[in-house]
Amino acid sequence: MYKIVDKIELCPKIWRYRIEAPKLVGKAKAGQFVILRKDEVGERVPMSIGGLDKENGILTIVIQEVGKTSASMNRDMKTGDSFLDVVGPLGLPSHVEKFGRCICIGGGVGIPPIYPIAQALKDAGNQVETIIGARTKDLLIYEEELQGASDILHIATDDGSFGTHGFVTTVLEKLMQDGTPIDFIMAIGPVPMMRAIAETTRPHKINTWVSLNPIMVDGTGMCGACRVSVGGKTKFACVDGPDFDAHLVDFDEMTSRLKMYHKQEKVSYNHYLEKCKCGDH
Amino acid sequence: MADDKNKKELTRKERMQLPRQKMPEQKPEDRVRNFNEVPLGLTPELAIEEANRCIACPKPKCVSGCPVEVDIPGFIKLVQEGHFSAAARKIKETNALPAICGRVCPQDEQCEAVCVLTKKYQSVGIGNLERFVADWEREHDEITIPKLAPATGKKAAVVGAGPAGLTVAADLALLGHKVTIFEALHKAGGVLVYGIPEFRLPKAIVAKEVNYLEQLGVEINTSFVVGKLDTIDELLEQDFDSVFIGTGAGLPNFMRIEGENLKGVYSANEYLTRSNLMRGYAFPDYDTPIFSGKSVAVLGGGNTAMDSVRTAKRLGADKAMIVYRRSRTEMPARTEEIHHAEQEGIEFHLLTNPVRFIGDDDGWLTHMECVKMELGEPDSSGRRRPVVIEGSNFLVAVDTVVVAIGNSSNPLIPQTTPGLETNRWGNITVDERTMMSSRPGVFAGGDIVTGGATVILAAGAGKVAARAMHRFMMGLPLIDPEEEKQRLEEEEKAKRKAEAEEKAGKASK
Repeated sequence: MYKIVDKIELCPKIWRYRIEAPKLVGKAKAGQFVILRKDEVGERVPMSIGGLDKENGILTIVIQEVGKTSASMNRDMKTGDSFLDVVGPLGLPSHVEKFGRCICIGGGVGIPPIYPIAQALKDAGNQVETIIGARTKDLLIYEEELQGASDILHIATDDGSFGTHGFVTTVLEKLMQDGTPIDFIMAIGPVPMMRAIAETTRPHKINTWVSLNPIMVDGTGMCGACRVSVGGKTKFACVDGPDFDAHLVDFDEMTSRLKMYHKQEKVSYNHYLEKCKCGDH
Repeated sequence: MADDKNKKELTRKERMQLPRQKMPEQKPEDRVRNFNEVPLGLTPELAIEEANRCIACPKPKCVSGCPVEVDIPGFIKLVQEGHFSAAARKIKETNALPAICGRVCPQDEQCEAVCVLTKKYQSVGIGNLERFVADWEREHDEITIPKLAPATGKKAAVVGAGPAGLTVAADLALLGHKVTIFEALHKAGGVLVYGIPEFRLPKAIVAKEVNYLEQLGVEINTSFVVGKLDTIDELLEQDFDSVFIGTGAGLPNFMRIEGENLKGVYSANEYLTRSNLMRGYAFPDYDTPIFSGKSVAVLGGGNTAMDSVRTAKRLGADKAMIVYRRSRTEMPARTEEIHHAEQEGIEFHLLTNPVRFIGDDDGWLTHMECVKMELGEPDSSGRRRPVVIEGSNFLVAVDTVVVAIGNSSNPLIPQTTPGLETNRWGNITVDERTMMSSRPGVFAGGDIVTGGATVILAAGAGKVAARAMHRFMMGLPLIDPEEEKQRLEEEEKAKRKAEAEEKAGKASK
């Protein structure tokens, strides 16, 4: 079970896994996530769903190396290996209906989960425009997939090496001024990006949703590790989310809570890098 | 055993005068540095000596004191005779989890509380003996698989591999049914693996018990979240003939006070899951980290609170505190755990309640503001209600808080099972005689029905459910007419006795 059917490097440090999980894929919907465990000593790590091949029962996950677990998955696992555990589908599916003009925004490793959502919105009869952003051209991923799932695709790079020179918010601001009202925005990416999008759309009261990525342990609402403040109330991202109204999310608190294990994460990562003796590649 | 003949001739008086054998234990100063078991287990000599204290009452009260009615005098007699594995098998006729129950049951509120020796002497160490025989059978590789009843062709689904689910599965497998357990976590055991620490219940023992079930032919699917992957209705469609819901009370209660989302504030579920299931105490050999500081306060007075505070001590806390709003007598924790905690240097701050958590600029917990409490009139639970003493506020310096004030029912199953009735706290309502819910063929037991309780009560509910599920699947009336007739007769008898006693009481006034 949970065999890696193929594993390819999309760009430095970001790998795409296609995993055999027919029952899970059969039940999963855009916006949900899974929890992976590599081996007996491994952590339980939540990962957004980056693709659902319902016909073949294949789940796509995209992992960026940021610490020990992602490093050991990306560097040590091969096509044909299996994950010890894959739990899902978890969380509530993204709310999909005919909104009208939808803008999907993906930043960095937040781009793959935007893909099934964009597809679902398109299938529901929406006008779907997608903005994807990365630091530089070489780190842009999923261009082809999102070209197919969207009516229009916009690209932004921090360094201007491709598309608009700027952030996804730069492109969003332009779209907000083009005369056609925006009915729904879905944004997934680094926390500062999602926060910036929330602030950009707040004065115009545009319906804006984000997918939150707090630390998780069980993923089924049993532990409360993933608690976030939304509209002044405590919610569990794993059962009430992961999507929430961006204008109600306390991004400060979430940012703070994400840093809780920084010290331990460094210890683990350095320990792993020393052991593998491959340094930074 | 040269003295065997002599021992067999002990008089009742001699037996009653044998002192209770002390359970060997790790010294407190050693055990706060490791996660090994605190009680080390009786030796065979101590076990026989302890077993000899039983006076074999003609009407043994201990049996009805046990939630699953283990034949206690029966197994103790076998211990006296040195037939330890046979004693374990005797227990297993009623209780599939003796190695676990011997360690975690609150015997001093159950079997040992009603033992006739309790009042004048000390009760027979029933729990220690249960543990001894279960461990002996396991360690000497003498675990036998009983003969299963002929295959019935019926299939039962069990949701949750905790004490309730494991008991249902074992009982139904013995009756010849095909059982499949669906467990959300990646290891079977429920609270046995995520909640109770290694130093109270070694996980290797839980694994052995789970393995026993697999040898009975039970299939266990881990990392399978019913309600997300398949709903209860989908399981029934897949030709399971009955379903048991044993998903537990897995929704952590928080205080809902200011600062609860500061870094350093944990629910007990998270704190214990990181430490126990994910072996956070062995970080970085195991990848999951746990943050446990030097000054730890655990809120609550139950077993979960004791487990959390003793874990904190072992993780290096200089100051490990229990903060509980009532007094020592109201604490629901097992007496032995409170005693062990005191020995380990845990500080008890009773009649104290936090009102808010305070943190620094980086979002880390630094202090807890508390108030003192006093006890007023009893509330609906029968315990005296704690009342705030106004103006008694004070600050406590803490870097970690573990909120162990109980759990509510995880709503996932009720939310995804139409027609499944729950009470206003989200607990599944069942007929107590059969554990069947409002949905025919769907049964439930354990914490999901009662709210947070104990392992043995969950196992007891599992036994009742398994019996009814068997009858349901075989097309028999859920309640045996003979048993029901007997039960009603006994109820009538008890009622008449109570009325007569009341009359006599009035007459004597």
